Amino acid sequence: MSPRIDLSVGEWRRVSPKYVVVVIASTVITGLVLSAASVFLWLVGGWTFGWVVLAAVVVVSIFALVIAPRRARSIGYRLRDDDLLFRRGIMFQRFVSVPYGRMQLIDINRGPVSRMLGLADLKFVTAAASTGVMVPGLPEPEAAELRDRLVELAESRRAGL
Amino acid sequence: MSAPHARGNGAASTLSQAERAAERYTDGEWHRLHPATPLLRGGIVFIAVFGFVLSNLRERLIGFFVGAPEYSGDPIDAIYSHGWEGWALLGVAVVLLLCLGAFYLSWRMHSFRITGDAVEVRSGILFRTQRKARLDRIQGINIVRPVIARLFGAAKLDISVAGHDANVQLAYLGSTLADGLRGDVLRLASGVRAAEAAASGAVGVLPGPDASESGAPAAVGAPATASRTAAVGDLVGRRVNEFLAPELDPNAAPPASVVKIPPLRLFGSLLLSGFTVFLLVVIAFLIWGASSGELWLLIVVLPGLIGSASFYIRRFTKSLRYSIAGTADGVRVGFGLLSTSNETLPPGRIHAVEVLQPLLWRPFGWWQIRIDTAGHSREKGAAGQPNTTMLPVGDAADVSRVLSLVLPGFATEEHRAVIEAGMVSRGRDDFTGSPRRGAWIRPFSWQRTGFRVVDDVILLRRGVVWRSLAIVPLARLQSLELQQGPVDAALRLADARFHTVSGPVRPRLAAIDAPTGVRLFEEVSARAVVAAAADRSHRWGSPSWELGTQGAGAPAPAVGPDHAAPASSRNQEEL
Repeated sequence: MSPRIDLSVGEWRRVSPKYVVVVIASTVITGLVLSAASVFLWLVGGWTFGWVVLAAVVVVSIFALVIAPRRARSIGYRLRDDDLLFRRGIMFQRFVSVPYGRMQLIDINRGPVSRMLGLADLKFVTAAASTGVMVPGLPEPEAAELRDRLVELAESRRAGL
Repeated sequence: MSAPHARGNGAASTLSQAERAAERYTDGEWHRLHPATPLLRGGIVFIAVFGFVLSNLRERLIGFFVGAPEYSGDPIDAIYSHGWEGWALLGVAVVLLLCLGAFYLSWRMHSFRITGDAVEVRSGILFRTQRKARLDRIQGINIVRPVIARLFGAAKLDISVAGHDANVQLAYLGSTLADGLRGDVLRLASGVRAAEAAASGAVGVLPGPDASESGAPAAVGAPATASRTAAVGDLVGRRVNEFLAPELDPNAAPPASVVKIPPLRLFGSLLLSGFTVFLLVVIAFLIWGASSGELWLLIVVLPGLIGSASFYIRRFTKSLRYSIAGTADGVRVGFGLLSTSNETLPPGRIHAVEVLQPLLWRPFGWWQIRIDTAGHSREKGAAGQPNTTMLPVGDAADVSRVLSLVLPGFATEEHRAVIEAGMVSRGRDDFTGSPRRGAWIRPFSWQRTGFRVVDDVILLRRGVVWRSLAIVPLARLQSLELQQGPVDAALRLADARFHTVSGPVRPRLAAIDAPTGVRLFEEVSARAVVAAAADRSHRWGSPSWELGTQGAGAPAPAVGPDHAAPASSRNQEEL
C-alpha cells in the first residue's frame, strides 16, 4: 500500500499545463536574485563562505526546476456537492476542504508572467486566516467562470460565521 | 414619549428600571451620548497636559508674547504691574470658551441609533465617520467602566462584530443605561425580526393581555412613523420573548457567578506561571553575573525585575473580582477591581474552546480555559490577558461549570465522561489514538494524542507535559486540512488541522494514522456542512432556534430571513 494519503474522490481537476512556465520563471528569478546576492557577499562583501552559499542556491534552484513540472501537476481541485477540495504538494502534501458557505470572498490575481500566458490565480478567503487556499494557473475565462459559480454557490449556502 | 412606551410602564412591571431607561433609545432614532463624553474621552488628559505645559512654560510664554523678559517674580505680578489684567482674563475666558465649544460640538456631532437590524454610530466634526454593526453579526457586547468614568457614573458599550478592529463603541453612556441597552440590543439581535414575523401571525394565540397590548398601539398610531412601528415591534418581540422564556430575564435578577476564584488559588496560579519560571532564570543569571564580577548586568536588569512586581499585582487585582454566569443571551464574564469590564458573548459565538493545564499546575489540579471568537473587544480581559481567557484558573468542577456555559449544547451531564477523558486520560480509551509509530514524532504524548467526534463537536486531545483538550463545534469550523510531510509519509502518519477564526486555540492533531486521518477528513468535512446548515444560533432567541436546540413542542415557524434553504441548490453537477 502506498504510504501517501489519498482521498478517494475520483479525478482531480488540474490546473493549466502552461502553469509550469510560471513556476519555472519564478524559480529562475528567485535563483538569480539569490545568486546575485551571494556573489555580492562573496566578492564585494569579502565573505569567504560566499561560494558555498552560491553553490547551495544553484543546486536548490536546479532541483526545483527539475521537479517544477511535477509540482505544477500536483495541484488539483474538485467541486463537490457542499465543499471545494484542494490539494497540492508532492513531498509536503496538503489537502483542504472549504465548505461553500464558509467562503467570504474570492480573489482573482494575475502576475506578470501569468498574464502573458493568459492565466489567473483564484484565491479563497474564509473567516479563518489559516485556510490559505489558492488555485493558481487557471485559464482566465475558466477562472472567471469558476469564480462566478463559487460566489453563487457560497451565496446559496450562506451561513453565519 | 409615545403611547406604547407610556403604557408599557404599567404592563411591563417585569422590566427592570435599566431596561425601561434603555427602551427609549432603541426606537431607531438618533440619540446622543452621555454629556461628559468629551471629557472622559481624553478631555481630562488634555486639560491636565495643557495645565502642566502652561505652568512650566508660563514665564517663557509671557516673555514670548509680551516681549518683556526682564522682570522678576511671578508673571501675575508682571501682568498686574503693566495693567493688563483685563486682557489676560479675556484671553483665559476665550480659551475656555473655545474648549467648551469644541467639546460641545464634538458631543453634538457624536450620536448613535439602534434600529431593528443594526447599531450605528456617527462622529467627528471635520472628518465624519459612520459605523454600522449588523445585529445578527454581533460577536459580543462588552461594558467597560474605567475608573474615571465610574466616578461620573458612565460606561462604555463596546459592540464587537467579526473582523479586526471592527468594533462599534458607544462611549460613554450612563451606567444603568449601558446595562439596559446591552439587554435590549441582545434581545433585538436574538431574533426579534423572526419573532415579529411569527407574532404577526400568532398574536391571537398569545394570552389576552399580550394580544391587546400589541393590538392597541396600531389603533393609536394615526401618525404611524417608522420609529413608532419599530417601537411596537420591539415591544411585541419583548412580549414574545418573555412569553417563551419568562424566567430568564437577566436584568430582573443579575445571575450569580458560577465560579469563585479563592485569592490563595489565584496567587498560587500566578506564582506557578511561566512568567515566574522566566523570572527565576533571570535571577539565577543575575546571581551568576554578580558572583563573576559582571555588575553591569545588575544595573541593566534590576529595574525590569522590580517592574515585574507590578505585573503580578495587576493580574491579581483584576482577577480578584472575576465572575462568570449564564444569561438568556449568552455567557457573561466580568472582572476588574477599579476599572471593570463585563462582556456578554451570545450563543454560537465561540469558535473553539481549549482546556489546558501547565505542568506546574498539575499537583493542584488547576486548569485554564481559553476560547477563539471572531470579534475581539479592544479592552483587555481577565487578569490583563486578552479576553479570550474564559477561566484564569479553576479546578475540575469549575471547568465543567464554565464549559456548560460556553458549550451549552455539548458539555452536559451525558458527555461529562468524554470531557474528563479528554482532560486527564493517559490514552488507550474511547478516543481514536495514534499508532505506536507515532512515538517517532511525539515521543512522550503519542499515547495521549487522540480525537473523538461526538454529535456535532470534535474533541482533540494532546500533550502529556502541557495537557490540552481542544473542543471545536463543527458548525463553526471554517475549513479543514490534512497534511503529510516526508517523515509522516515514511511512517504512514498524517497531520490534521482544523481552521477556525484566529485566536489562542489552534486545533490541530499531529501523528495520526494516515488512513484514519483520511476517514476523519471525509467525515468531518461532511458533518461540518450539515452542522453549519442546521445552525441557527446567530438568531438565538428566535423560536426556530429554541425549537432546534431545546425541542419545545410547537409548530416551527419560518426559518430566519437570511437563510436560503440549502436543498434548493443541491442540483449542481460537476463542471
